[in-house]
Amino acid sequence: MDPVEIIQHTTGGVIGLSWLMIAFPLVGATILLVFNRYTNRWGHLLGVAMSLASFVVAVLAFVELLGLPEAQRRQAVHLWEFIPGMVDMGLLIDPLSIAFALLITGVGSLIHIYSIGYMSHDPDRRRFFAYLNLFVAAMLLLVLADNYVGLFIGWEGVGLASYLLIGFWQFKPSAAVAAKKAFVVNRVGDFGLLVGMFLIWTTFGTLAFAELKPITAENPTTLAIGLLLLLGACGKSAQLPLQSWLLDAMEGPTPVSALIHAATMVTAGVYLVVRSGAFFFPEGSGAALAVAVVGAATLLAGAIIGCAKDDIKKGLAGSTMSQIGYMMLGAGLGPVGYAFAIGHLITHGFFKADLFLGAGSVMHGMNDEVNMRKYGGLRTYMPVTFATFFIGYLAIIGFPLLSGYFTKEGIIETAVHAQPILGWLAVAGAGITGFYMSRMVFMTFFGEKRWEKDAHPHESPTVMTVPLIVLSIGSVFLGGYLILSNRLMDWLAPAVGAPAARPEFHFTSTTGLATLALVAVGAAFAWYKYGRAEVPAVQPRGSFLTTFARRDLYGDAINESLIMRPGQWLTRLAVFFDNRGIDGVVNGLAAGIGGSSGRLRRLQTGFARTYALSILFGAAILTGALLLVGNI
Amino acid sequence: MTTNYLILSGLLFSIGAVGVLIRRNAIVVFMCIELMLNACNLAFVTFARQVGNLEGQIVAFFVMVVAAAEVVVGLAIIVTIFRTRRSASVDDANLLKY
Repeated sequence: MDPVEIIQHTTGGVIGLSWLMIAFPLVGATILLVFNRYTNRWGHLLGVAMSLASFVVAVLAFVELLGLPEAQRRQAVHLWEFIPGMVDMGLLIDPLSIAFALLITGVGSLIHIYSIGYMSHDPDRRRFFAYLNLFVAAMLLLVLADNYVGLFIGWEGVGLASYLLIGFWQFKPSAAVAAKKAFVVNRVGDFGLLVGMFLIWTTFGTLAFAELKPITAENPTTLAIGLLLLLGACGKSAQLPLQSWLLDAMEGPTPVSALIHAATMVTAGVYLVVRSGAFFFPEGSGAALAVAVVGAATLLAGAIIGCAKDDIKKGLAGSTMSQIGYMMLGAGLGPVGYAFAIGHLITHGFFKADLFLGAGSVMHGMNDEVNMRKYGGLRTYMPVTFATFFIGYLAIIGFPLLSGYFTKEGIIETAVHAQPILGWLAVAGAGITGFYMSRMVFMTFFGEKRWEKDAHPHESPTVMTVPLIVLSIGSVFLGGYLILSNRLMDWLAPAVGAPAARPEFHFTSTTGLATLALVAVGAAFAWYKYGRAEVPAVQPRGSFLTTFARRDLYGDAINESLIMRPGQWLTRLAVFFDNRGIDGVVNGLAAGIGGSSGRLRRLQTGFARTYALSILFGAAILTGALLLVGNI
Repeated sequence: MTTNYLILSGLLFSIGAVGVLIRRNAIVVFMCIELMLNACNLAFVTFARQVGNLEGQIVAFFVMVVAAAEVVVGLAIIVTIFRTRRSASVDDANLLKY
């Protein structure tokens, strides 16, 4: 079926008040930032309360939407006239945006709660919560806006909040640099989104989702718009070739990594592609194919990077890249893949938040050590962290019947049917996932203790473990609930459309079994390398391939040689031209005038009689001249 | 008939001008300036007589008023410079230069 028409919301109810979802965290952030240190004592509680309030509104709106017939499930809530004659600010409450809002506020709130414990020793905890609230508010605006302008404002707000949070410990130069890098790389993507919006406006004369009509045939303009929007999505979602900021973004506090990677930020690109799907990425179009190719390439690149990282957070960052690649691949396949892409996004939100917060819990107990070579044998010391991390691990590698299994399997299955080459690449990516995630678990929780001398690992406080437990429960059951009997697909159908033939989940399909086999091989190989054998405490030199992966596939080197160096040459050329050319003319003129006036002023001798003589001569010459021309 | 007066005026003016240029004593230079002014006055009065109206006479009065004012200011300056520099030479007052 096709997406249903967007209708104007008229009756009251929670949908009419859905702007509260954005307002709560925004007010929280404002209060915390304006009354800064006066709120130090209770600031974190306010932050959590605002996030939870937003979650409650999201749940109520969801329930109200559930009670409506399918044809009325896309409601535009008009807020105010924004740019007269061009854009009205409003919110679009539909199954897609509510799914995102639930994920953002739900997982976001759990991360807020966890941060109370994680940041308890940080003197700036109040500022941290202000930024977290700002992040949530911006992300909600992004997904709830009913037009591209509102989406763009949220988009930029997310960029700002991520900059503030990645560089939260700005006294560390590496954190400041990472924040700047994230901001600059995101600018490249924003440029794509912005130019795409310009093109939409000039071509269709509107930026509101309700007024854009789904295209049936692709023409060069819509292809260009699609590719520009894809560039924007690549920037936010850390897809090739704009992936480089994500790994450095690990400089922020761990809850930030969880928030960026699980609930917000990186999912924005997937949201953009799915939201624009009917308009610019119709099934089988060139733009949609580009999305799928980018996704497949990134899922492999992220997985390969993840294999070689010793920093537990960077390993997880590689896996985020990879999992977002899966979502992009799914989103590039049209309505048949949307449900799986969004499903994977939701389950990934749970198990990736689980994994990141688990990693944070491990770091919390190990004096903020991130090097997995200095971990080992932690499972008995941190039983809750271990159990939840292990569940997250099983979910992400696609262990049968856990969340990740259903959603990832769905994407792979669909991809193999629609784009066999990309589909089999995704299967290979799943195998690599099995390897690097198992490596992470073995290095952290099993094997010999390789701790630093002063490490005293201990379980984290309850305020940190409870969110982990909640997240791991979601990691177990959510996937099956959403995917079996196509619940998520039916729910999303009014917003994004649904394929004519409903897919059925096969537990014993060829690709599914092949994926499981590869994952098992990957996990076994990881056990052989890191579980059975001793892990060297110092990073071994490694093969060419390992170095390749450790250096993030030379992504930074490529950026440097292709963009940064030529840019530097250009600026040097400009500086040279400015110094020698423009400044040369200006300075030369000034020097010439200065020199000649320096000589002229020697005429001022200070002798009054000399002046008198020159006046006399002047008068004589003047009189002579007047006599000569005969005017006197 | 008026030629002699004009010649006298020219002579007085030249004496004054040469005096301004060659004498160093400020008082003498000052008197030479007065001489030049009065040479001009003579020329004005002569021309007034020659043309047959009073404009030249009026201008001569104006010149006298200006000369009187100038004497007041000029002598005051000269006396002050003399008090501080112990010199009435115009060449010694040469600080205002490049």
